[in-house]
Amino acid sequence: MSKLFPKSANKLPLQIIILVFVLGGIATAATTYYATNKYTNVGYAPVQPVPFSHALHSGQLGIDCRYCHVGVDKGPTSTVPTAQTCMNCHNQVKADSPLLQVVRDSYASGDPVPWVKVHQAPDYVYFNHSVHIARGVSCVECHGQVDQMDVVHQAKPLSMGFCLDCHREPEKFVRDPKLVTQLDWKHPRGVEGQLEDGKKFVHDWNIKPPQSCSGCHR
Amino acid sequence: MRYVYLTIFLIVVLGVSIMGFRGSISTRSPLEVFPDMDHQAKYKPQAESAFFADGRADRPRIPGTVAYARTSGGEADGSFLRADQAVFEGKDASGAWVKGFPTAVTIDPAQLLERGQDRYVIYCAPCHGGLGDGNGITKQYGMGATPTFHDERLRTLAEGEIFNVITHGKGNMLSYADKLPAEDRWAVIAYMRALQRAAHATPADVPPGHKSKLGIK
Ligand code: HEC
Ligand code: HEC
Ligand code: HEC
Ligand code: HEC
Ligand code: HEC
Repeated sequence: MSKLFPKSANKLPLQIIILVFVLGGIATAATTYYATNKYTNVGYAPVQPVPFSHALHSGQLGIDCRYCHVGVDKGPTSTVPTAQTCMNCHNQVKADSPLLQVVRDSYASGDPVPWVKVHQAPDYVYFNHSVHIARGVSCVECHGQVDQMDVVHQAKPLSMGFCLDCHREPEKFVRDPKLVTQLDWKHPRGVEGQLEDGKKFVHDWNIKPPQSCSGCHR
Repeated sequence: MRYVYLTIFLIVVLGVSIMGFRGSISTRSPLEVFPDMDHQAKYKPQAESAFFADGRADRPRIPGTVAYARTSGGEADGSFLRADQAVFEGKDASGAWVKGFPTAVTIDPAQLLERGQDRYVIYCAPCHGGLGDGNGITKQYGMGATPTFHDERLRTLAEGEIFNVITHGKGNMLSYADKLPAEDRWAVIAYMRALQRAAHATPADVPPGHKSKLGIK
């Protein structure tokens, strides 16, 4: 009887096993790398109807975030400003810039400017801005350095793990609520000072961010 | 076998070059890996709606809406329907501008000033300037004449009239009623008065304990 399989076939089972592991490894790596918010959401920067620049208005002019995002310290949603808010200045500054035509039309007609939403919590998540602002969680923790962005992009994953990283150790992040809109603020005594003051805030104000499912999925 | 691995390697390179790296800026809307219940049949604030003709989920108040009864322990509630003219319009019963602060504004004076400062810096300072002298940041960018608070007319203006300006705007200044609730407007006025006093202060106004620190005899 002639040989059905060549000698090299002896190695085949081993080679197949190795190949399966390699493919499995690649599939796992690809999923962990690509199928999370860090890939799918971070960096999303839609084209807006008006080329509004935070770097100019917040960074250069130093306008406080709350001037425009009025709802942020009052309620759950951080409202995107009305056309009237822009017209407070732009009825005189750059009053006939073609870039602001959409805003002027909106102010005249009362229809909203069609801003495209960047950050989007899924509908099964309960989120509240004012709770975080009142406790001294700065915008920068969840939105990055918006005051340096010409076009807003999502800077943080805003995934469940991201929220919980802070809810488990709020002392690493909380600061004096007066400083929440100063995005470049760092504790003058560095990480140690932050931890020290953070622990004090957490104790004094009895800060207990929810870690149970019903806190955020209600 | 070598060719198998070479092919896998090339596929990985191809995959990475199509998918790109984490965090790269992109205008494509986010991929939803498991979209279950991400979009539920409910509206969130400022959301879009395909149902209403104007495309808004937030509905404006229907014209002619009448508020329905509300009492607070049998007493007249001044905040209901903004019935208290002094607090919500800055006018007294005869329709004249209120002088001083309405008694119904009940915030601890210390907090009133602090709140006023906080709000003033956010909403007013960009144009009126941190000192109330009209030299806000917008002046350098072509904002028309912003008045200083420190001239005689504004120093003697009734508080109620200032309240009216914040509420309804005046000249090129638009209304700030959507940004400052009535209580906050009164707090801002209190802070504005403090700025005016500070601009016209004399050494006699400095409390004795602080004089040495400021080098005043
Ligand atoms: C002059 C008004 C103005 C100021 C001041 C301002 N913003 Fe905005 N902001 C806007 C407008 C208009 C949009 C919507 C257009 C866009 O996304 O660029 C926006 C969008 C955003 C978004 C994205 C919203 C979304 O759709 O997810 C974030 C986050 C944000 N702002 C944070 C900030 C922070 C933080 C500050 C303070 C440093 C700030 N903004 C100051 C007007 C302003
Ligand atoms: C506090 C005043 C202020 C407010 C409020 C404000 N802006 Fe501006 N904006 C400015 C100034 C000052 C400039 C810079 C003008 C210059 O460069 O000379 C500017 C420039 C711009 C430009 C560039 C215009 C051009 O032709 O170069 C755009 C677009 C713009 N703003 C959009 C907006 C929008 C949209 C809003 C409302 C969310 C808004 N701004 C609210 C003060 C303001
Ligand atoms: C703890 C995290 C966190 C902090 C702190 C935070 N945000 Fe947000 N922000 C979010 C999340 C999550 C969303 C998406 C909410 C949603 O889709 O309902 C969001 C949405 C927004 C939006 C878009 C709202 C809309 O409906 O389009 C704006 C504007 C915004 N934030 C501004 C701010 C500003 C300004 C601050 C600081 C004063 C701030 N945020 C602080 C997490 C945060
Ligand atoms: C940088 C820190 C930080 C991050 C990030 C953060 N939180 Fe919080 N969260 C807090 C703090 C601090 C509190 C206040 C707890 C208190 O007052 O006892 C809080 C409170 C809450 C509450 C309770 C609100 C209430 O009404 O009781 C909810 C819900 C919540 N966070 C949801 C979220 C979600 C969803 C995210 C992710 C998008 C998130 N948080 C990200 C710090 C954070
Ligand atoms: C701090 C707030 C918070 C708490 C507490 C929390 N979650 Fe979440 N959860 C989130 C956020 C935010 C998301 C959305 C993440 C995203 O955008 O992909 C989420 C998403 C999920 C999802 C959907 C995942 C997907 O991609 O489809 C499940 C399932 C879930 N949570 C279960 C739980 C369970 C079970 C618990 C309790 C052990 C819990 N969560 C506690 C904030 C929270």
